[in-house]
Amino acid sequence: MQDVTIIGAGVTGSAIARELSRLDLDVLVLEKESDVCEGTSKANSGIVHSGYDAKPGTLKAKFNVEGNKLIHELSKTLDFPFKENGSIVLELEEEGRAGIEALYERGKSNGVPGLRILEKDELLKMEPSVSSNAVCALYAPTGGIVCPFNMTIAFAENAADNGVTFKLDTEVKNIEKKTSEDGTNYYRLETSGGIIDTKVVINAAGVYSDVFHNMVSEYKLHITPRKGEYLLMDKMAGDLVKATLFQLPSKLGKGVLVTPTVHGNLMVGPTAEEVEDPEDTSTSAEGLASLFDKGAMSVEKLPRLTITSFAGLRAHEDGGDFVIGEVKDAPGFIDAAGIESPGLTAAPAVGAYVAGIVKDILGASEKKDFIDTRKGIPSMALASDEERAALIASDPAYAHVICRCELVTEGEIKNAINRTLGARTVDGIKRRTRAGMGRCQTGFCLARTIPLLAEALGVDEEEIVKSGNGAYYIEGKIKDSL
Amino acid sequence: METRELTCIRCPIGCHITVTLENGEVQSVTGNSCPRGEEYASNEVTHPMRTVTSLVRLKNGKRPVVSVKTQSDVPREKMMDVVKALKEIELTAPVKIGDIAAENVAGTGVNVIVTSNDD
Amino acid sequence: MADRKAELIIIGGGPAGLAAAASARKEGLQDILILERDTRLGGILNQCIHNGFGLHTFKEELTGPEYAARFIKQIEDEKIPYMLDTMVIDISEGEGGIKIVTAMNPKEGLFTIEGKAVILAMGCRERPRGALNIPGYRPAGIYSAGTAQYYVNIEGRMPGKKVVILGSGDIGLIMARRMTYEGAKVLCVAELQPYSGGLKRNIVQCLDDFDIPLLLSHTVVDIKGKKRVEGVTIAEVDENRKPIPGTEVFYECDTLLLSCGLIPENELSNKLGVKMNPVTNGAFVNESLETSVPGVFACGNVLHVHDLVDYVSGEASLAGKNAAAYIRGESGSDGYLINIKTENGVRYSVPTTVRTGNMPDTLTVRFRVGNEYRDTNLAVYLDGKQLMKLPKRVMAPGEMEQIILVKAKVNEILKDSDVSEHEIVIRVED
Repeated sequence: MQDVTIIGAGVTGSAIARELSRLDLDVLVLEKESDVCEGTSKANSGIVHSGYDAKPGTLKAKFNVEGNKLIHELSKTLDFPFKENGSIVLELEEEGRAGIEALYERGKSNGVPGLRILEKDELLKMEPSVSSNAVCALYAPTGGIVCPFNMTIAFAENAADNGVTFKLDTEVKNIEKKTSEDGTNYYRLETSGGIIDTKVVINAAGVYSDVFHNMVSEYKLHITPRKGEYLLMDKMAGDLVKATLFQLPSKLGKGVLVTPTVHGNLMVGPTAEEVEDPEDTSTSAEGLASLFDKGAMSVEKLPRLTITSFAGLRAHEDGGDFVIGEVKDAPGFIDAAGIESPGLTAAPAVGAYVAGIVKDILGASEKKDFIDTRKGIPSMALASDEERAALIASDPAYAHVICRCELVTEGEIKNAINRTLGARTVDGIKRRTRAGMGRCQTGFCLARTIPLLAEALGVDEEEIVKSGNGAYYIEGKIKDSL
Repeated sequence: METRELTCIRCPIGCHITVTLENGEVQSVTGNSCPRGEEYASNEVTHPMRTVTSLVRLKNGKRPVVSVKTQSDVPREKMMDVVKALKEIELTAPVKIGDIAAENVAGTGVNVIVTSNDD
Repeated sequence: MADRKAELIIIGGGPAGLAAAASARKEGLQDILILERDTRLGGILNQCIHNGFGLHTFKEELTGPEYAARFIKQIEDEKIPYMLDTMVIDISEGEGGIKIVTAMNPKEGLFTIEGKAVILAMGCRERPRGALNIPGYRPAGIYSAGTAQYYVNIEGRMPGKKVVILGSGDIGLIMARRMTYEGAKVLCVAELQPYSGGLKRNIVQCLDDFDIPLLLSHTVVDIKGKKRVEGVTIAEVDENRKPIPGTEVFYECDTLLLSCGLIPENELSNKLGVKMNPVTNGAFVNESLETSVPGVFACGNVLHVHDLVDYVSGEASLAGKNAAAYIRGESGSDGYLINIKTENGVRYSVPTTVRTGNMPDTLTVRFRVGNEYRDTNLAVYLDGKQLMKLPKRVMAPGEMEQIILVKAKVNEILKDSDVSEHEIVIRVED
């Protein structure tokens, strides 16, 4: 019997796993995709929100502000890219500043530190590219940007290093409440990889979290996947703005953000569209076009330097707030459901909170040998010449460039494959190392990455996939079908 | 009488040329703006010829295949026969530019030669 | 102190770098070093196994690898040093204008090289899907044409069996034939513009020969398939390149190849602070192909994207020759400065400036037009005086144009001028 089983290895599931790995428990994470960070966690704004946005008293507000503080620390101990670049909410309409002032008050009652209203002059001094239509703005200095992939991967790796088991490519089909002979409750999970019995279930299944919740509870949840499309621009545009620019929601709509990414690109998004299919991550011509127009409302000279576009789904629960805690009529079944924005920021706080619940239920004690740090994959692109020379001395593969655009070497790719929960797919390598994230978007490195993966995994190149079963790249040899 | 329309490829102008044929013999060429167009069009409608470039498998080489070409042009309708014939061929490294990969390929009377070095 | 020294450092061992090196040696320059990131010389030519190269340079039709081999032989015969598997990661300027190149390879690790002159010959890369804003899913099976070309021609593997190609650039057209020869079915080539960006001969010999339709004024409006491509939807576009509703046709396929243009690869040039031309995405150069940084020259596709490798070789030879002269300290007096302005349909020119003191007897100026023009003239003016007016049957964006400036004629107009700056205008006229 498993102590704890977490459904979903997104940022929330991984953060919970990491916190649970402090305890003397058998923890299992089930993930239906071939890697961690494959759902909502891989396709979002990558913003560490300061916490002015959520309604005071909500779980969103509580976990956002706490999570923001934690990420500042964790980015160092778990070695993932984070930058406190500050957030700015622009008031772009003439009517006035009531909206900004309301947001300022809300942020204050949520306990957001350092909030300040910027007048036009100061705003333009801080961000010269901002539209001259801006009337005033709210400035939140603790807002930041993070690499959502490497944050999730860091949580998962550290959890695995501390004994948590991750079962990938394993889909949960059904959950049954059971009672054992001694009268204790447990749950039977029917999965694509067989039956799993577990004392505690943690539901961190993103857009599917209502499905699992509803299998065990009479108090139904309802999640609507909300699609958000994004444009990612070349690094040449990366320094156009320093802070993350939001737009105050207005009669023109919810607005989009324009932000540098932690890796130095410029990003515009998201759209917001309710969809039915929880796998519908397609982009649309209208969506992409609207992003550009809306982004240009914040930054008039938004350049046409898009290198890729993508869409992600947010798990919006009808109640509008996160649903976190033990389910009333299902003891031992803990929800971390309805996690939409600011879910990425909230994740470490949610992780600590959920781990606390589990600790109480199972009466677990703290591990003595918990490893609380983790080292990321070295980056030749970011290293100094001295660090570069040292890396090459450790392995000459660090001098063999695979991805030219982002300067990613064979050494980094080998590291990504061979480490805890290492990459098994091309997307897995891309998210861990940035190989293929640059302006040619795998045009050059794909054919060099696939052989490295094939060799490390001991399979033919035809077996290598982009992300999971069926996403193959190569179909046989030349002249096979002549 | 038969007329054939084609686009000249001898220069960027890309003249639209009309050729009339009788019993397979060229009767007239119109639409071209230079003598090269006339020559191209006449050949193209009576016996179009192409160089075929492709690959054959390579054993013990740095790479698993090596590039080849027909040493001279072959009739256009034989192009796919040529590549099909190359399916059966495997060379062994080292190979160098000019090595013969196949003789009289697909009965065209033309040899196929190697176009890259692999040692 | 740098780890190594070479008078002339050439970055890139593709067609441009090789021709530049051979030419600099012909000028008597001994101390040359070529830095190549691949495991062999030849660059992209190694994967361009089709024929059609060398008609201008060698007066015969060669395949890419054969064309490269001719230049590689010159390098080997002349014993010009080169380093393979070597990636340049930085170029900077030291004291007295000395150039410092930082590079690395698995054998020697990270090292610096000090040089008097540098030739940028890094080539170009393909425009990715994102730049085209194609909506839909992001499955496996979407490749740039060049990636597919590498897979087929170098690895002998098939990136797919049922193929749609977007973009009728030459690589896309060539790949339509290559994929067909190797057993794939190419359903069509869609082109956003009302004309093809490729050479006429490639349309005839790569598409028409195999009955592959070319759909002009069409584009991909949706990609289906969550894991691997399952199909694409193609629609006709109006004169503003916007898809026309109701014209969508679904093509079931497992592969989408993109051949939608090339972009010079100028990260290093940018790091060095070379002034870039936003039209070509390459450096601004003068008559000597020298960039805004003295002693740094550019040639080939890193300067502007060429149609024919023969032109690359010619341009690179000139860069090699001029770099050798620079190292010998032979750059002549500047003379007058002529700025070349392009307008009325002419999009850019290479070079953009001419110092008459350094102008050769004849100077080739290359450029492209922005649209398809039939029965027009190409007019060139110097300070308002017409230098030439050439009748043109057809000009198209896909075919590079050139004019030749004659030094004697230029000098005749400028002689005794007491103004130091002058202007040449190149334009399309009726």
